[in-house]
Amino acid sequence: MNTETQISSKASPEMAIEITNMHKWYGQFHVLKNINLKVAQGERIVICGPSGSGKSTVIRCINRLEEHQEGSIVVDGVELTNDLKNIETIRSEVGMVFQHFNLFPHLTVVENCVLAPIWVRKMPRKEAEEIAMKFLDRVKIPEQAHKFPGQLSGGQQQRVAIARSLCMSPRIMLFDEPTSALDPEMIKEVLEVMIELAREGMTMLCVTHEMGFAKTVADRVIFMDEGEIIEENNPADFFDNPKHDRTKLFLSQILDH
Amino acid sequence: MNGNIENYKPGEHPDLPPPKNLVGPVAWIRDNLLSSPTNVILTILSVWLLIEVIPPVVEWAFLDAIYTGEDRNECRARGDGACWAFISERFLLFTYGFYPEPERWRVNLSFILLIIAVIPVLYDRVPLRKPGLYFTALFPFIAAYLLVGGDFLGWNLPHVPTEKFGGFMLTLVVGITGIAFSLPLGILLALGRQSRLTIIRVFCVSFIEFIRGVPLITLLFVASTMLSYFLPPGTNFDLLLRVLIMVTLFASGYMAEVIRGGLQAIPKGQTEAADSMGLKYWQSMRLIVLPQALKISIPGIVNTFIGLYKDTTLVIVIGLLDPLGIGRASLSDTKWTGLSNEVYLFVAIFFFISCFAMSRYSLYLERKLETGHKR
Repeated sequence: MNTETQISSKASPEMAIEITNMHKWYGQFHVLKNINLKVAQGERIVICGPSGSGKSTVIRCINRLEEHQEGSIVVDGVELTNDLKNIETIRSEVGMVFQHFNLFPHLTVVENCVLAPIWVRKMPRKEAEEIAMKFLDRVKIPEQAHKFPGQLSGGQQQRVAIARSLCMSPRIMLFDEPTSALDPEMIKEVLEVMIELAREGMTMLCVTHEMGFAKTVADRVIFMDEGEIIEENNPADFFDNPKHDRTKLFLSQILDH
Repeated sequence: MNGNIENYKPGEHPDLPPPKNLVGPVAWIRDNLLSSPTNVILTILSVWLLIEVIPPVVEWAFLDAIYTGEDRNECRARGDGACWAFISERFLLFTYGFYPEPERWRVNLSFILLIIAVIPVLYDRVPLRKPGLYFTALFPFIAAYLLVGGDFLGWNLPHVPTEKFGGFMLTLVVGITGIAFSLPLGILLALGRQSRLTIIRVFCVSFIEFIRGVPLITLLFVASTMLSYFLPPGTNFDLLLRVLIMVTLFASGYMAEVIRGGLQAIPKGQTEAADSMGLKYWQSMRLIVLPQALKISIPGIVNTFIGLYKDTTLVIVIGLLDPLGIGRASLSDTKWTGLSNEVYLFVAIFFFISCFAMSRYSLYLERKLETGHKR
């Protein structure tokens, strides 16, 4: 309870995420070039682009899974520096869902969910379990709580991963191609959960190729290629009147099949 | 069978029992012993070999064996089987070495406490596991005091110098100390080898490579002779303690590499997921990475344990009398000449029981930790 009041009493800055003139290199390779991105509280953003365009790298920089070399990233009013304390604060308030789920296979579903609340938020186990069950209920798999991840389908695993992130009551959710590793049947069940989350006003950054999802929930769509943000627009204009040739080519390729 | 299978509508097909020749003992024999001409020949050869080998061994070891007697000649006079009388006469020597007789209860007590200390580590569904684990942590100190003795907080047990340790008791002291301390040390070395801090990494890599590049016997000689050159003159650093340290360091080098193999098998996504939730490095290692890495490494870890346990017999080269050393010393007794078969078989059985138990336990542990994520 204590931690919750602390979070809500903290003045919430207008911008959830502010990335300014950010550059990143892998050795000699310049992966991200002059990224500028502002995300308001409650905004839903979809990032798309061809593979290797740096879209995953951008969102992985936001919770410091990747380090940037130039420019600044401010998350919820806290700037990402080498200060471990800042990094841990930001990570505990930014949830992330991965392409390959990354559930912990040696723990049951509910143990996966309570781990971070217990160890990071210092929450009593009983309370953490209640919260976990609440979110498992919301992603519609409370009956799987005591199974191991290896016994679930891909779609179920990804929903557990979403519930696991939500248990930390994050203020921002990052999705890194959450449906790319799933069978078509399971994509829908995961997208439904994400759409519901968007309706509740969660700030979301989502790297995805699900254009239907982008049209339904995104406030803005960002197109990236070769480490740069090429185009940025509301979904209607983005899909109907793409300005840049590269965007048109990309859209024709993914929408035509 | 084929003709009997009825037609069902889609979705209404019940689960039928398998054909009779798929399960049962007859099917097992056919699949495993008689599946091909080569297999048939091998089966016949094996049966013949067993018939040839087992009866003479049983006759020698049990039926014609002599269990009591005064000396070798008495054995020979009474039959040509094994002369276990020799072993039974020396049994206490094999067990306790030269540990003084009136104090041997301390060895027995330590052994009982050892069992109590080990149970909560081996099995997680035992009553009083938590306090049991605290006892386990204290056990090495309790056992060290019990075995060596001396003055401690008003307790006074007669001092027994470690040169008197010997036999199975010595094997257990060296083996269990090595096993208990090499695992945590190996984990630290394995993690250190992957550290981003260059100094830690270089230290761990050099240590591991040094240990693996030098034979254990060399290290034991270093422990027994050279160490005293480096220590300030006049310090008396117990020989057994030096051996324990060397054996532990030696095993931990191997352990580190086994565990590193396990660590490398854990996908990067596991640490990324842990990081992304705000877990600190040690938390993510302890809660996420190590439980999985150690589970994968169980066969290798137990392999190292078994190797270490058997390597304890090498202490013979620096004059400590492990069971093998006691056996060799006993063989030089003129009353009992020429009984090396009995002695070495006896020692071999002791080692086999210990090592086989470890091996079975590791299989049990692997099965218990299986959570179905290996698909």
